[in-house]
Amino acid sequence: MALIELRQLSKTYGDVTALDGLDLDVPEACLYGLLGPNGAGKTTTLRILATLLAPDRGRVHIDGVDALKDPRAVRQRLGYVAQEVAIDKILTGRELLQLQGDLFHLPKRLRDQRIDELIDCLSMNEWVDRRCGTYSGGMRRRLDLAAGLLHRPKLLVLDEPTVGLDIESRAAIWDLLRQLVREGTGVLLSSHYLEEVEALADRMAIIDDGCVIAEGTPEGLKQRLGGDRVTLRIREFSDADEAERVSALLQPLEGVQQVVVNRAQGFSLNLVIDGDPVVETMRRCLDAEGLPVFAMAQSRPSLDDVYLQATGRTLMDAELAVAGQRDVKQERRQSMR
Amino acid sequence: MTSPPLTTSISPDRGQSALSELSQETFALTRRLFLQLARRPSTLVAGVLQPLIWLTLFGALFANAPEGLLPGGMSYGRFLGAGVIVFTAFSGALNAGLPVMFDREFGFLNRLLVAPLRSRSSIVLASVLYITVISLLQSLAIMVTAAGLGYGWPGGAGLLLVLVTLLLLVFAVTALSLGLAFALPGHIELIAVIFVANLPLLFASTALAPLSFMPSWMEWLASLNPLTFAIEPIRAAYRGPLDLSEVLLEAPYGDITGFGCLAVLVVLTAGLFLLIRPLLNRKLT
Repeated sequence: MALIELRQLSKTYGDVTALDGLDLDVPEACLYGLLGPNGAGKTTTLRILATLLAPDRGRVHIDGVDALKDPRAVRQRLGYVAQEVAIDKILTGRELLQLQGDLFHLPKRLRDQRIDELIDCLSMNEWVDRRCGTYSGGMRRRLDLAAGLLHRPKLLVLDEPTVGLDIESRAAIWDLLRQLVREGTGVLLSSHYLEEVEALADRMAIIDDGCVIAEGTPEGLKQRLGGDRVTLRIREFSDADEAERVSALLQPLEGVQQVVVNRAQGFSLNLVIDGDPVVETMRRCLDAEGLPVFAMAQSRPSLDDVYLQATGRTLMDAELAVAGQRDVKQERRQSMR
Repeated sequence: MTSPPLTTSISPDRGQSALSELSQETFALTRRLFLQLARRPSTLVAGVLQPLIWLTLFGALFANAPEGLLPGGMSYGRFLGAGVIVFTAFSGALNAGLPVMFDREFGFLNRLLVAPLRSRSSIVLASVLYITVISLLQSLAIMVTAAGLGYGWPGGAGLLLVLVTLLLLVFAVTALSLGLAFALPGHIELIAVIFVANLPLLFASTALAPLSFMPSWMEWLASLNPLTFAIEPIRAAYRGPLDLSEVLLEAPYGDITGFGCLAVLVVLTAGLFLLIRPLLNRKLT
């Protein structure tokens, strides 16, 4: 049985559609990545999982429990690490963890023992008795992880856990997440960092416009895409005419699947080809026309290509497109009760 | 990072009784509020200082008022004492919604809501407990000072009446403030409402002057003002031999006894809690 089972989730805020029939299955003891640009519906999905938000339509099952019918049972099984970490600046880290433990009804001795374990595990000894107001971003995130793990949840849900963190904290959090999964905890994280999902996730889903558009293991998704990527520059800066001419020249060659003129990069050509021999064919063809080659780079498909294939735009373009539309005030209101 | 088990399973249902879980979460939430207070005591200090200044300055203002001006030949200081005690409790309780509002705004409330609370009433209950203790402490400080100024001290039964009256008022006003904290969009609006409500409610009550001093329109206002129904019993408690069936307020619409005053407060408290219940249910589920 899947640890998380989401069926046909829909949610709108006013006239903005956040989720549009999202389906998702997350197996047990798996590190699962949700990849997508800001505004794709990642946070909304996670807030529904954390029982902070009810979908307009759809089914939510976590560890076999219907989250809409028995949210309390879900809360007992789930640890949630939100994106904007809300902490009480006046309390110390330890006091915050004690509060959290009491809210999960841990018996006092178990609570304190558990807090000590996590303090060791997350190397918080030095500062856990200082007030939270003095913490750096990395410390806050670690404290929040500890709070999310205090009751030993079966599933840990993290919303962009490493956004804005230094490399060291990021590596520490990655290690911890890997350890959790080895021990049998399910971890679901959202990210708009390709590398993060690629490095961590056993399985992943790409979310765009409120639904899942690709799902599988990162390797599988890349392999399914097939073909090699080639970036070709005739000169350092070609003009549009020349780029179009070369494009027309290479397009009919056997083994060339696709040629795109990339205006943003000085009219370089992005090609998808069947494999190594095609590179030779291309070189011979260009030689015969007396065209130089300034640079040619070949690579296997990346997750960005997977994303591009699935959505028709690169992740970065998608980020830029929503950056202008984000309404911070609106988002804040959505998360406020 | 070392790797002791992070997740050896704790069975989610440890079979604790609902009551022990409820008290654990309520106690933890209340403890947080008191820790905040201990580390930032300025609100408490200001909350005691302000009424003390009221009592001293306002009391002195009418110190030489002609004898027999006030009903029952009371001195103005003693008359004012009851008003200031009630005002202190009232303005303390009016702030009850502020911590909740900040928790809403800064997202801390979400942290509470992802926890498997036995009942989300514990969030409300913690605020009520906290504000009640604070308001009673502040009122006690005023009563001690008033006694020091020679304005008297209620006897045993009187003290009980003061306590019951203040508790009713604090519950009612706390309910109102918590309701506002969930209904209004942000702390700016909440502070604005508190600011606007505070002084007019004081002036339009019998805290500073008896009904007989007021023009009739204001008499009406004052005898509809909940503060008045708390002030009069406390004033009676200070006056000596306690008789709750005695008429304490000669309102333009009829005479109100001590029991009448308390009944109004009970109805008000119950009514306000019933009124905010659907709102809290909506916001907390």
